[in-house]
Amino acid sequence: MTSAVSFTGVSRHFGSVRAVDEVDINIAEGEFFAMLGPSGSGKTTCLRLIAGFEQPTAGEISIFSQPAQGVPPYKRHVNTVFQDYALFPHLNVLDNVAYGLMIAGMSKKERHQAAEEALELVALPGYGGRKPSELSGGQRQRVALARALVNKPKVLLLDEPLGALDLKLREQMQEELKALQRKLGITFVFVTHDQGEALSMADRVAVFNEGKIVQVGKPEDIYYRPEVPFVADFVGSSNVLPPHVTEKTKGIWANAAVRPEAVRLGEEGLPATVRATSFIGTSTRVSLELDGIQMIALLPKGQAIPPVGEHTHVSWADDDIHLMEQADE
Amino acid sequence: MSDGVLDTDRNGVLTRISDTLWRNPRLTILLLIAPPALWLGVVYLGSLFALLAQSFFSIDEFSGLIIYEFTLKTYSELFTPANFDIIVRTFLMASAVTIAAAIVSFPIAYYAARYARGKWKAIFYLGVMLPLWSSYLVKVYSWKLILAKEGILNWLFETLHLSWLLEAYLSLPIIGGNSLSVSWTGTFLVFLYVWLPFMILPIQAALERVPPSMMEASGDLGATPGQSFRHVLLPLALPGVIAGSIFTFSLTLGDYIIPQIVGSSRRFIGQAVYAYQGTAGNIPLAAAFAVVPIVIMGIYLWIAKRKGAFDAL
Amino acid sequence: MHSDRASTGLKIAAGLGLAFMHLPILLIFVYAFTTEDKSYQWPPPGLTLKWFGVTWNRPDVWEALALSAKVASISTVIALILGTLCAAAVSRTRFFGREAISLLVILPIALPGIVTGISLRSAFNLADIPFSFWTIVLGHATFCIVVVYNNAVARFRRTSGSLVEASMDLGATSFQTFRHVILPNISTALLAGGMLAFALSFDEVIVTTFTAGQQQTLPIWMLEELVRPRQRPVTNVVAMVVVIVTFLPILGAYYLTRGTDTVAGQGK
Repeated sequence: MTSAVSFTGVSRHFGSVRAVDEVDINIAEGEFFAMLGPSGSGKTTCLRLIAGFEQPTAGEISIFSQPAQGVPPYKRHVNTVFQDYALFPHLNVLDNVAYGLMIAGMSKKERHQAAEEALELVALPGYGGRKPSELSGGQRQRVALARALVNKPKVLLLDEPLGALDLKLREQMQEELKALQRKLGITFVFVTHDQGEALSMADRVAVFNEGKIVQVGKPEDIYYRPEVPFVADFVGSSNVLPPHVTEKTKGIWANAAVRPEAVRLGEEGLPATVRATSFIGTSTRVSLELDGIQMIALLPKGQAIPPVGEHTHVSWADDDIHLMEQADE
Repeated sequence: MSDGVLDTDRNGVLTRISDTLWRNPRLTILLLIAPPALWLGVVYLGSLFALLAQSFFSIDEFSGLIIYEFTLKTYSELFTPANFDIIVRTFLMASAVTIAAAIVSFPIAYYAARYARGKWKAIFYLGVMLPLWSSYLVKVYSWKLILAKEGILNWLFETLHLSWLLEAYLSLPIIGGNSLSVSWTGTFLVFLYVWLPFMILPIQAALERVPPSMMEASGDLGATPGQSFRHVLLPLALPGVIAGSIFTFSLTLGDYIIPQIVGSSRRFIGQAVYAYQGTAGNIPLAAAFAVVPIVIMGIYLWIAKRKGAFDAL
Repeated sequence: MHSDRASTGLKIAAGLGLAFMHLPILLIFVYAFTTEDKSYQWPPPGLTLKWFGVTWNRPDVWEALALSAKVASISTVIALILGTLCAAAVSRTRFFGREAISLLVILPIALPGIVTGISLRSAFNLADIPFSFWTIVLGHATFCIVVVYNNAVARFRRTSGSLVEASMDLGATSFQTFRHVILPNISTALLAGGMLAFALSFDEVIVTTFTAGQQQTLPIWMLEELVRPRQRPVTNVVAMVVVIVTFLPILGAYYLTRGTDTVAGQGK
């Protein structure tokens, strides 16, 4: 597997702020790689480091095994889809898409042709004559995509591109992006704070927190086997059992994660009190208190909903509890 | 074009310069800021220092030559009764003009900010902009025509049989004179006219920042329109008024043309500066006089800054 | 107090105020046609077009006009370059001395013209520089910088920073980015700033008196005529022409920047 992008001990400090703190990444060619985390976690900075808009304070970055140190963005065969799309307001759609080709010196006829093809690829055929101000958010996003792809980059970077779209459009775009990536075979590096998005589109996900990567893996691994409490909480809101609770159920002193849908209420297990219930469509969310911590259970429809205040017990299958690394707290 | 992911053989001169600039953002800023900073620093600041320097020199009374030695003698000359009069006179005129300008501008600014819509907004905008930018000298000149003995204002008074009123006014001490065009009232009117746009714009800008809902909220809480005006609108417009007053005050302090064309023979600071640096060749005294408005404005600006007037600029 | 219509009193006051600002200038237009040339008599005894011809034939008017135009053109070019460079630096990043530069740019126009004038004169005196075309330009360019600067800064602030990054991402060097992305986006602001700078320079008289020596720009010519009139109606004709000539750039600048959040000219 060729390495498309690799970070070795990369840090980016802004004065005393460590935006990126000794990060190692290895993205394989042809992968759809997601960088997930809350705002300020360093994921966008990492993306900008790949693009060349930031320079690392320490560590090395290579793109397809070539060192990227000192190489400006315009010399990298890497293209970015910006969060605000950054379409040039003074150019029409066709000239926007053809911009990179124009800079590269391609003839007008050729580059207009290539731009038209790119627009067809993103399902906007014939939109070339319009101005960016005349387009909707979703259309602008596609133009930005076309503008990046037309240059046939080796790596495509996407900076929270779906953030400004409404839910339906976002879901549709997620499918389209995934299909596009598979079709073109280009390495996609995608930054998002929406864990649902990352899990549904990516081949692998890197979870960021406070400038560091806390876990890298396939979506199922991240979801079902979080290694640290932060990941458990951030990705899918797992329940995190502190060591004293885990000991009672597994006999081991460590943090453990249990997904809400795996929690069963009944006569067996640890004693707990129902604090609140809310109906959320296909299931009921039950908030419980046990042993000083809060726990969430998702009951499927059909199951009896316990009244608030009732004393019950919580239990789960042995497969459904996942032990994590011991946390410092 | 290289096959690799990183383009290592784009090496034109401009590209290489671009690389260097990209690697050194500080260098880029330096290159951008150096020409204007040098120009302003050398030409403008340099001149200001020259002015300051000159004010500490003095002129030899007999030879008329400048003695390049540090002394405070020139500054002390500012305090002779004649010279001090000039300073006080100018200061009073500047204050009068500023207050009047604030009063006259307010309705215009208020209307333009609050009520003007569509084409009226453009009309008001241009209506203030055009006089602002049109020739200063032409404006002054037009008032010379208006105030002349045979001019339109006198004609108006005669037609309305109110000449006696004008004569009575002109016979008043200090503000009267032989005719309007050689009286301080004339000077005052011209100053007011010429600086009006400078007062309107900042007030308008400040008022535009007041959301209409604020006045409504005030009414909602039981205030009469008058009370809303006094307690809500006026304080919010104040930074704009202060910003405008900086202009009117500063411009009046330094002007020498208007008093010369429409006014009595008693001098203002600007005229003193002009006179002393001209044939008299007494640049040190001219410089000392010129420092006076700088000091006054410095104090004024400091007070204004504390009142937050600079947001309205 | 829900009405959004102004009271009649306010409307009248505002309207009168607006008229007050324009009538005196319009008056000059009338005086340009009067037959009476020895005084400013009102109403004008008769109307004639002959003064336009007389003015056309006065060589001193043409000389002064030419000098003003030359000075304004060169000062505007200098101001455009320096003002844009300054605006670019200030609006992009924070750097040491940024506040100071912003203040420095405004100073030539914030301090009274007489201070600028006498300062330059003092400097020329101390450095033994004789008056010339370039001493005038030196003064004019300096206070014209801020006019261009204001317009350029306002436009730079509105231009998204990611545009520059996008351009570089797509392969353009700094210079190519400037040419293909930055310049097109600030061109109208620069044009507006340039026009205003031209108008400002064309009209300037106070600083010019101190830096011109024996030469006459058009405003200086007019000042002379005001103090020592030769043919009054000629002065009126020239005044009328000046008003019209400066009217056009202002209108132009307004239309170029209309619809943006900072319309040209507000930063005088």
